[in-house]
Amino acid sequence: MAEIFGIPAAALYGQLLLGFINGAFYATLSLGLAVIFGLLNIINFTHGAQYMMGAFVGWMLLTYLGIGYWPALILAPIIVGVVGMVIERLLISRLYKLDHLYGLLLTFGLALIIEGLFRNGYGVSGMSYAIPAELSGGVNLGFMFLPLYRGWVVLASLVVCLGTWFMIEKTRLGAYLRAATENPTLVQAFGINVPLLVTLTYGFGVALAGFAGVLAAPIYAVNPMMGSNLIIVVFAVVVIGGMGSILGAVVTGFALGLIEGLTKVFYPEAAATVIFIIMAIVLLVKPAGLFGREA
Amino acid sequence: MKLSKLLMAVSAAALLSGGAFAQDKIDVKLGVLNDRSGTYADLSGEGSVIAAQMAVEDFKAADKGINVEIVSADHQNKPDIGSSIARQWYDQDGVDVILDVPTSSVALAVADITKEKNKIFMDSGAGSSDLTGKACSPNTVHWTYDTWALANGTGSAMVKAGGDTWFFLTADYAFGHALERDTAAVVEKAGGKVLGSVRHPFPGQDFSSFLLQAQSSGAKVIGLANAGADTTNAIKQASEFGIVQGGQKLAGLLTFVTDVKALGLQTAQGLVLTEAFYWDQNEGTREFSKRFAERHGGAMPTMVHAGVYASVLHYLKAVEATKGKDATAVMAKMKEMPTDDPLFGQGEIRVDGRHVHNMYLFEVKKPEESTGDWDLYKTVATIPAAEAFRPLADGGCNLVK
Amino acid sequence: MSDEAESVGAGATLDVEPVGAEAILSDRAARGKSLHMAIFAGLAVLLLIAPFLMYPFFLMKLLCFALFASAFNLLLGYGGLLSFGHAAYFGMASYVSAHAAKVWGLSPELAILAGMVTAAGLGLLFGALAIRRQGIYFAMVTLAFAQMIYFFALQAPFTGGEDGIQGVPRGHLFGIIDLSNAMTFYYVVAVVFLLGILLIYRIIHSPFGQVLKAIRDNEPRAISLGYRADHYKLAVFVLSATLSGLAGGMKAIVVQLASLTDVYWAMSGEVVLMTLLGGMGTIFGPMVGAAIIITMQNYLASLGAWVTVAQGVVFVVAVLMFREGIVGVVSKWLKKPL
Repeated sequence: MAEIFGIPAAALYGQLLLGFINGAFYATLSLGLAVIFGLLNIINFTHGAQYMMGAFVGWMLLTYLGIGYWPALILAPIIVGVVGMVIERLLISRLYKLDHLYGLLLTFGLALIIEGLFRNGYGVSGMSYAIPAELSGGVNLGFMFLPLYRGWVVLASLVVCLGTWFMIEKTRLGAYLRAATENPTLVQAFGINVPLLVTLTYGFGVALAGFAGVLAAPIYAVNPMMGSNLIIVVFAVVVIGGMGSILGAVVTGFALGLIEGLTKVFYPEAAATVIFIIMAIVLLVKPAGLFGREA
Repeated sequence: MKLSKLLMAVSAAALLSGGAFAQDKIDVKLGVLNDRSGTYADLSGEGSVIAAQMAVEDFKAADKGINVEIVSADHQNKPDIGSSIARQWYDQDGVDVILDVPTSSVALAVADITKEKNKIFMDSGAGSSDLTGKACSPNTVHWTYDTWALANGTGSAMVKAGGDTWFFLTADYAFGHALERDTAAVVEKAGGKVLGSVRHPFPGQDFSSFLLQAQSSGAKVIGLANAGADTTNAIKQASEFGIVQGGQKLAGLLTFVTDVKALGLQTAQGLVLTEAFYWDQNEGTREFSKRFAERHGGAMPTMVHAGVYASVLHYLKAVEATKGKDATAVMAKMKEMPTDDPLFGQGEIRVDGRHVHNMYLFEVKKPEESTGDWDLYKTVATIPAAEAFRPLADGGCNLVK
Repeated sequence: MSDEAESVGAGATLDVEPVGAEAILSDRAARGKSLHMAIFAGLAVLLLIAPFLMYPFFLMKLLCFALFASAFNLLLGYGGLLSFGHAAYFGMASYVSAHAAKVWGLSPELAILAGMVTAAGLGLLFGALAIRRQGIYFAMVTLAFAQMIYFFALQAPFTGGEDGIQGVPRGHLFGIIDLSNAMTFYYVVAVVFLLGILLIYRIIHSPFGQVLKAIRDNEPRAISLGYRADHYKLAVFVLSATLSGLAGGMKAIVVQLASLTDVYWAMSGEVVLMTLLGGMGTIFGPMVGAAIIITMQNYLASLGAWVTVAQGVVFVVAVLMFREGIVGVVSKWLKKPL
């Protein structure tokens, strides 16, 4: 078997792929956080719970209604997004005039409620969700074995991330959004319904989390706690990347996934902490984050 | 603290039956302390309370002049919550025996407190073999299983059945390391060979690359030295890569019937694991399990539930025999009397607190072999009581002279 | 304090209720002080008789958390810095104290001291890095570092992984006073608690505390007045971490174990909740909040995950309509800082 630095090549590529998949989730989630932060200026602590909700809604659609993976991939993010918009309208919108830290505290409380409710309803042992038949199995690429579904996860999240970037940077709607980020009062004066724009943005960011959840459902057990540990890593990713740029969030997400994957090959003991160590280094060298705007 | 109290109607029944022993009734209070909301809620939880109630009823405690009250609480798998409840139960609520206590960290804490207060702790749900080893106590009985027994059962029986080359998938923390170390020792002693191991972060989510390493190692058996969601995720992903179909066997080193049930036969088929009890073993287990399922939403008992039932039964026998509930006397009686119940058959409680009985190696059925929702296992081997548990001398328990 | 200043301050500070803050600033003199002394005296009496009314073990645990919340409030309420990772200092100190008492055989006061030193060191390291960012970034950075400590505690051999450190001996205080007696131990904990709170009170009302509040209320202005804001922030961060370490180390000796619960992110969230509910930026608020949350956890223990839901609801309600907290409301009503 071919070896690189004493590591079997298959293991190396395997871990890189694994890292890339994790990176896909980091990227999709930190993108959602960045979109929400851009306009609402709050850190959405509920993001992990909403990711979990996406997976659960996908599972519920299949279990209770017999709706399969492909429709769920569209439906579940919409449902999670709509729930998010209701939460934004009813609760989060009351805090815009206050310090942004209150938004963090509120969404933390909401995350506790959502997770607690799902734990009560479904326990913590987790539900299984089968891989869609079209994507089961894998292909041998010669140098490694690629499970089809993993390939799909990377592809789908790349498409969604780039699509989001395109929408925000290149379309008229995106232009309104960016303008509203800069100066909401002025944009409001131009006759654009800013509160509606804010609600839709929150819904969209949350829907991204829901989408990641559905993508994750067949790989990981669908579990009420699946989001809470992930979200803290994603926070570190966001601190490293800075939230100034959409593309920055995406690139940082994938890159950190890869680094984490490499760590698993060369020094697995540090795999869980490497991202936090990188965060510490970035804080020392470039406190605003790699792509950050503010100091 | 008003913990949810399940006052049993036993006392009322005793009054009605007008028992002859009405004058010298013995009041005992049993506390079922387990996980009612977390990872172990399905395998212990409310089912353990039901099992304890059934034991009291089956023993006809009221007719024998023993007045039993059962209380229960959720330790949420947190040792400080568990130890607070245990203290309060002993200090204020007059609890005599604490039962079940899955999660090793909580069980070790409760064992310490029980020793300090000189009460009785009969553990069924926890896995740590330290409970009857380094941390053994004259007040602890460890009924159902421990990690040593699981490693030993799965390791040695698999090698005997031809699975002589192993590869470990190990959760990277103390518990995973211990499980791997114990199993590897057993495998090598039985003449098998460990080809390699890989450590995955805990909690892990994606095991694909680790599984691919295991697959390419060519080992006949892939040992899963992890627990809970890590194990179920690994099994699920192994099924995705067709590892079992490819001729390798998966061995769960800490897998419960509830895990298998949650995974489904399609995913879990071919998995080999060790348990102390399975509902469909003989007339006695089937009869009990049928009654249990009727009271537990149709779910069959796990070995943890069975352990709670059997330990309550044995405790009540000792109370009856000593005509009192003095912890020291009852413990001595329990260790002196051989155990005998419909679920575990005959056995004994050793001086270190370990209850010994047969263990069984099971294989998860293929979907086409199964005839019902709970028809999950076929028995591969029986590990006789004498070999199933760690030899008394090896545990490092200071009660062993 | 003006609203504009607030927004210029880049969200670094939580807008503690103007009434309380102004009052504290203007009211250094006797009026507030005598009230505070009266409350402290009442507190001492309460502590004295409490073990005859309630279960001492529960009270000891409660006091540890009340001290933890008060230490946290020093940072949040007076430093204006929201740390979402205080479990790291509390939990790591409890591990080190447990290890010191059990494995090294140190007497309880030295074991707790070892925990405090550890917490101080961690606080210095993480604090120095975290204060490089502000507001929500500060919160996220502290949370991420705490998660790193959690993973460390999970993997490091001395913490015992999932089993934690069990059977920590209570030992003899100063080698003389036997702590295995619940009442004796309770009074020791009560004294340490009271001293800790008095120390926090002293810090808040020292010149250092005044500068701190000035920075909290308007950082640019404080900097322009020549104060090196970062030094003050780091100092209060380390102080808060050290006192959290005192609470954590004491808890390890009280509960006789150290476990992953104490370093988990949920613990960081709980201490925020205690402080918010009781009233941040008030002296007596955090202990009231801690008492409510710990009692709630204790009484609702049998409800499992509903405890999480209940805490979430309390959080949401507190943020939406009760931002001053209980003591904050009382303080407003009395028109006196508490």
